[in-house]
Amino acid sequence: MSTATEQPTYNYKVVRQFAIMTVVWGIVGMAVGVLIAAQLVWPALNFDTSWLSFGRLRPLHTNAVIFAFGGSALFATSYYVVQRTCQVRLFSDALASFTFWGWQLIIVLAAITLPLGLTSGKEYAELEWPIDILIAVVWVAYAINFLGTVKIRKTSHIYVANWFYAAFIITVAILHIVNSAALPVSMTKSYSAYAGAIDAMAQWWYGHNAVGFFLTAGFLGMMYYFVPKQADRPVYSYRLSIVHFWALICTYMWAGPHHLHYTALPDWTQSLGMVMSLILLAPSWGGMINGMMTLSGAWHKLRNDPILRFLVVSLSFYGMSTFEGPMMAIKTVNALSHYTDWTIGHVHAGALGWVAMISIGATYHLIPKVFDKEQMHSVALINVHFWLATIGTVLYIASMWVNGILQGLMWRAVNADGTLTYSFVEALEASHPGFFVRWLGGAFWVIGMLLMAYNVWMTVRSAEAKPVAQTA
Amino acid sequence: MDINTYRGILTILVMVGFISLILWAYSKKQKKSFDEAANLPFADEDARSLGKSELEKKDHD
Repeated sequence: MSTATEQPTYNYKVVRQFAIMTVVWGIVGMAVGVLIAAQLVWPALNFDTSWLSFGRLRPLHTNAVIFAFGGSALFATSYYVVQRTCQVRLFSDALASFTFWGWQLIIVLAAITLPLGLTSGKEYAELEWPIDILIAVVWVAYAINFLGTVKIRKTSHIYVANWFYAAFIITVAILHIVNSAALPVSMTKSYSAYAGAIDAMAQWWYGHNAVGFFLTAGFLGMMYYFVPKQADRPVYSYRLSIVHFWALICTYMWAGPHHLHYTALPDWTQSLGMVMSLILLAPSWGGMINGMMTLSGAWHKLRNDPILRFLVVSLSFYGMSTFEGPMMAIKTVNALSHYTDWTIGHVHAGALGWVAMISIGATYHLIPKVFDKEQMHSVALINVHFWLATIGTVLYIASMWVNGILQGLMWRAVNADGTLTYSFVEALEASHPGFFVRWLGGAFWVIGMLLMAYNVWMTVRSAEAKPVAQTA
Repeated sequence: MDINTYRGILTILVMVGFISLILWAYSKKQKKSFDEAANLPFADEDARSLGKSELEKKDHD
């Protein structure tokens, strides 16, 4: 890291730290995912050890990929984008450093407590209360640093990417603090401040907005900077981006109840959640089209630029999963899909296809810039990574569609006398081939990430700094 | 007044707000400032990335 020369005005140190950790946590989080996928195919792989059991490693996997991998990518890109589009150094280097080390500490604490079985049991919010408080503190420091940088900007406009990043940061602070409210009974145990159906609603208000703001708004911020930058042309329509922003953030807030169809949640709330989820299709696709059309007239660039390919294919998966999501929120479709592997497939179409691919594209774009190199060590390896990731995602989601529909149909099948046609275990047995294909898709992903780590390592350690002028 | 009347009024207000936003965003007056904003990612180019885009232009020849 010492080989890079510091940009005179920008704080690239924190960007470098988070960019490297994006790759590291990506490998860790996805490797845990592949392990638990393998456990479903070969159950002996839990080695009869409680720490390695599926129930404890699954939250570790989700926390690691969302908050460690995705979170590091968001920190890295937001700090990079806000400086470059506001043309000013970060508001505070000390706060930047605090958010980096604080966030890493939280990740390590999660990696220790979750396998030990210490959990508050709320999905994507499993961490116990002392860690929750630490998250809140680090997050507020992040908000101050980001918004402070926007405030001291040298440009008159606040670029649209920063609007999305700001919405992501502010909303995640609110979501986290409200949903994590709990009554501690010891250092490692607490009970939710809410009861019954209200607790479930608070949880899924949090859960779906974690998807909407952590996994969507933040990454849309990434999209609005890195797609135009990599394509070397401004975004297709700046007007559309403004309408996109307000429509998206106003609608997402209401979609949470679709996680609780046919439960004790009041019926009107379920219907409201369904309708708002359907409306969400419009802003989601507005954003996707805006990103895609940025390439109009420059489609040829996809032919020899695998980084741009990562970014554009991530938008295709975004469009696909934001069509699938509203469809699955329809109550009658949900009656078939809920609690099946279809949901898992949908999540991964978004998480691998959209979130991970756009993060990887953005990371490949900024690594040479912040380490002061001409370009990545090997463009050919980026291309191999692209194909591994694309094929891995397709294997993953296709197998989960098949499994999900199969499970949904088998669970609802009844005999003439009203008894169930299949036992649960019969449906599980029928899911076995799909579990294997899913594991294979995940393995493709981890191999791709290892190639990325090698490529990043070689880029960072290469002695040659960028040439000043052009090299042909 | 009944709470549902307030809810109805709120719905209309949000609708009016959203339509005004669209009209504002698509009005001709904003065009110039939006074009400026859209170019912000390219406004702080350093020597190297300028060199790169020159290279790309060459490729198109």
